[in-house]
Amino acid sequence: MLTLYARRRLINYLSLGISVLAMAFGLFWLGWILWTLLQNGLPGLSAVVFTQMTPPPGSNGGLLNAIFGSLMMTAVGTLIGTPIGILAGTYLAEFGQRGWLAPITRFINDVLLSAPSIVIGMFIYEIYITRVKHFSGWGGALALSILVIPVVIRTTENMLRLIPNTLREAAAALGAPQWKVINFVTLRAARAGIITGILLAVARISGETAPLLFTALNNQFWNNDMDKPMANLPVVIFQFAMSPYEDWHNLAWAGALLITFSVLTLNIVARVLFRQQATNH
Amino acid sequence: MQTTFLREARLKQQIWLDILFRNITRLSAFAVLALLIAIIGSLVIGSLPAIKAFGLNFLYSAEWNPVTDEFGALVPIAGTIATASIALLIAIPVSFGIAIFLTELSPRWLRRPLGTAIELLAGIPSIIYGMWGLFVFAPLFGDHIEPWINKTLGHMSVIGPLFSGPPMGIGILTAGIILAIMVIPFIASVMRDVFDVVPTLLKESAYGLGATTWEVMWNVVLPYTKIGVVGGIMLGLGRALGETMAVTFVIGNAHELSASLLMPGNSISSSLANEFTEAVGELYTSSLIELGLILFFITFVVLSLARFMLHKLGKREGQST
Repeated sequence: MLTLYARRRLINYLSLGISVLAMAFGLFWLGWILWTLLQNGLPGLSAVVFTQMTPPPGSNGGLLNAIFGSLMMTAVGTLIGTPIGILAGTYLAEFGQRGWLAPITRFINDVLLSAPSIVIGMFIYEIYITRVKHFSGWGGALALSILVIPVVIRTTENMLRLIPNTLREAAAALGAPQWKVINFVTLRAARAGIITGILLAVARISGETAPLLFTALNNQFWNNDMDKPMANLPVVIFQFAMSPYEDWHNLAWAGALLITFSVLTLNIVARVLFRQQATNH
Repeated sequence: MQTTFLREARLKQQIWLDILFRNITRLSAFAVLALLIAIIGSLVIGSLPAIKAFGLNFLYSAEWNPVTDEFGALVPIAGTIATASIALLIAIPVSFGIAIFLTELSPRWLRRPLGTAIELLAGIPSIIYGMWGLFVFAPLFGDHIEPWINKTLGHMSVIGPLFSGPPMGIGILTAGIILAIMVIPFIASVMRDVFDVVPTLLKESAYGLGATTWEVMWNVVLPYTKIGVVGGIMLGLGRALGETMAVTFVIGNAHELSASLLMPGNSISSSLANEFTEAVGELYTSSLIELGLILFFITFVVLSLARFMLHKLGKREGQST
């Protein structure tokens, strides 16, 4: 028979032990997945991957067209989404104290931030692909840009809110009009934080597969025309991994390694930048 | 005279620029609103033929037959709910443990690297989870864990049918487990953040009365942050419901309703990923779009609740300090 104290202490140790196990459980999957990627991806990662096109089954090839397509669509998607995101984030932080628009936008933005990306792909399919009647790189870039906007809005607003009001007041006291205060003082002070947001958005879209399935689709050949179906890493990985061919599997693993480590690097760089921004204020 | 006139003109110009700038930013904010309306609008218009043809019957018919043009959403809806429930069942306790570890147990210098490591789990693209699940996890799970589940849980009286079936490795249960790994970082980081806002005074008073760490977490911190914790769970649920690629790889893609979690099934998002580009015929495409609409509606409600709860906790935080 345990005394009350002994029992409480036992429960405490047990539950804290379980909490340590939970932490280990989380890290275990991260380690396992990264190890699998290195183990399967590294052997296939050679110069050929970066210099040759995606092959038909049974012959050698690389991922050059897919890497190029991914870079293009990510770049265009970021270029479309970022300005809208920064401007809307600026509105929420600088003009959003009054009125009905800001709270509603903030709410919708939070929902869009986690909305299923496959539905976004469907939306672009409905309004764009069915109009032009063929899959295209532009469609893929548009779908990605819709995923960029909420991430950039959220970080821009949060970062602008970190800027002390005294900075704005000082600029206004010197006679600067509001647009100058925002563009040349507050936005500039929050620059590192906003770049963090853009990096996070790029990290998010560079691994996205679902919205590209219905928009950019895939292309086995070199293509730098955004108005045609475009190869991209995620969809190539999907197709190759689902195929029965061994050499396609190997290429898929190489691509998976490439994507995961770029995305994780972007995430870490974004975090470091964010920490700098946070410690500045 | 000339100079004052010039100065006035420049001042006026600045005022105009101010108004212009404010309206450009307002327009961008409005674009977000318009985007949501456009998404819902296009999905509704796209699914009209299916809504007209099947009506409410669509929601509870298990039929999915492209040949006879008969479609029902029951199987994918059930699959989505089943996988997301399994994911939450596993992810909630694990995330709670991780959050306790990060806020109370971990040495200070380890907090940041460990927190980052858990958050990196959320950074891994969904397709990587799918590939790893299909090639690495599912075979191991099917060879070693599922036969054991069959032997033990499969023979129990009430829950037996849930856990009996051929150990194939892929299926609803596998998809749920992989989803759990994917939502743990989301739930854990919200929990950690809300645990961090509990006033130190409150925790120290409990410790001062002689409470153990566990008692402080369970009886003081958790009740104080209840709404936020539920909000975080809802956020994770929203993610789990809409997750596509990882599920598509491992769920098995079978349009059949089965009592067993070991059997292959289908979720809304995996049906879309597999069938949308191949769908021929207006009714087929339209039924898939209606599936998308249902998915968007469910996640919208869940994420709204999440946002509402986290907002409420933030408000109380604002009042108490």
